[in-house]
Amino acid sequence: MLESKGHPNRLGIWGWLGGGRWGAERYLYTLHRLTGLGLLAYFLLHIIVTSSRALGQARWTQAMGAVSGPLFKVGEYLVFLAFAFHAINGIRLGIIELGFGVGKPIEPVYPYRTSLDVQRPIAIGVLVLAAVLVVMGTLNFWVLE
Amino acid sequence: MMRDQKLWTWHLAAGVVILFFLGMHMTVMHLNTVVVLKGLNPAGGHPIDWTNVVARARSGFFMVTYVVLLGAALFHGLYGLRNILFELDPARWLKRAISGLLLGGGLGLFVIGTWAAIVARSM
Repeated sequence: MLESKGHPNRLGIWGWLGGGRWGAERYLYTLHRLTGLGLLAYFLLHIIVTSSRALGQARWTQAMGAVSGPLFKVGEYLVFLAFAFHAINGIRLGIIELGFGVGKPIEPVYPYRTSLDVQRPIAIGVLVLAAVLVVMGTLNFWVLE
Repeated sequence: MMRDQKLWTWHLAAGVVILFFLGMHMTVMHLNTVVVLKGLNPAGGHPIDWTNVVARARSGFFMVTYVVLLGAALFHGLYGLRNILFELDPARWLKRAISGLLLGGGLGLFVIGTWAAIVARSM
């Protein structure tokens, strides 16, 4: 179990709102958390609703009927957007976690450079890839289907 | 601390599993007109049409991937939620309660989802 070492999280959830000197990646962090929480909330309900298939066609049709309509379609689209961002940004986080794409350690000589400058192209790539997925999903949800 | 490092490693590993299987799930369910995979929606029409649901449910491949995705996504999501809640520095007893609640809830949903995948295969 995680133990506090005497540095309590002073800002709490409010710390998610301000990027401060951490820059754009801090907002990606906040968005990653928000989309993760949204996906989790949907997923927990999704398990219950889709499990109705085991009870036969009538229960499946009833369950799908209960979650149909324009409001649910918009909700489902938002889930797709959350998935597109969370999945692609997750790849970025995995790459960074493993130490790739952060540059070599350098001496802290003024003017200081941070590894965020080195990581920035990956963040931009993530947003572009997520945007491609969003376009595909938007076409599927609202144009072709 | 060591235990949390292991759980974090599992969290990342689960993320990789989810990336593949949820990517496949999303492609089948929500990109079905942009990326046409005829074999995965054999009856044509919408992926949630009963005929397509039954066809996928009877496939051993889909049953296994459903259960693996279910377990990976539940662990990844609930462990992520646990980390967010723990960052708020709750009291020790509350941390235990949160862990117990998430573990119990996660196992319960895993049982329900796995039961549905196994039963649906014999439809």
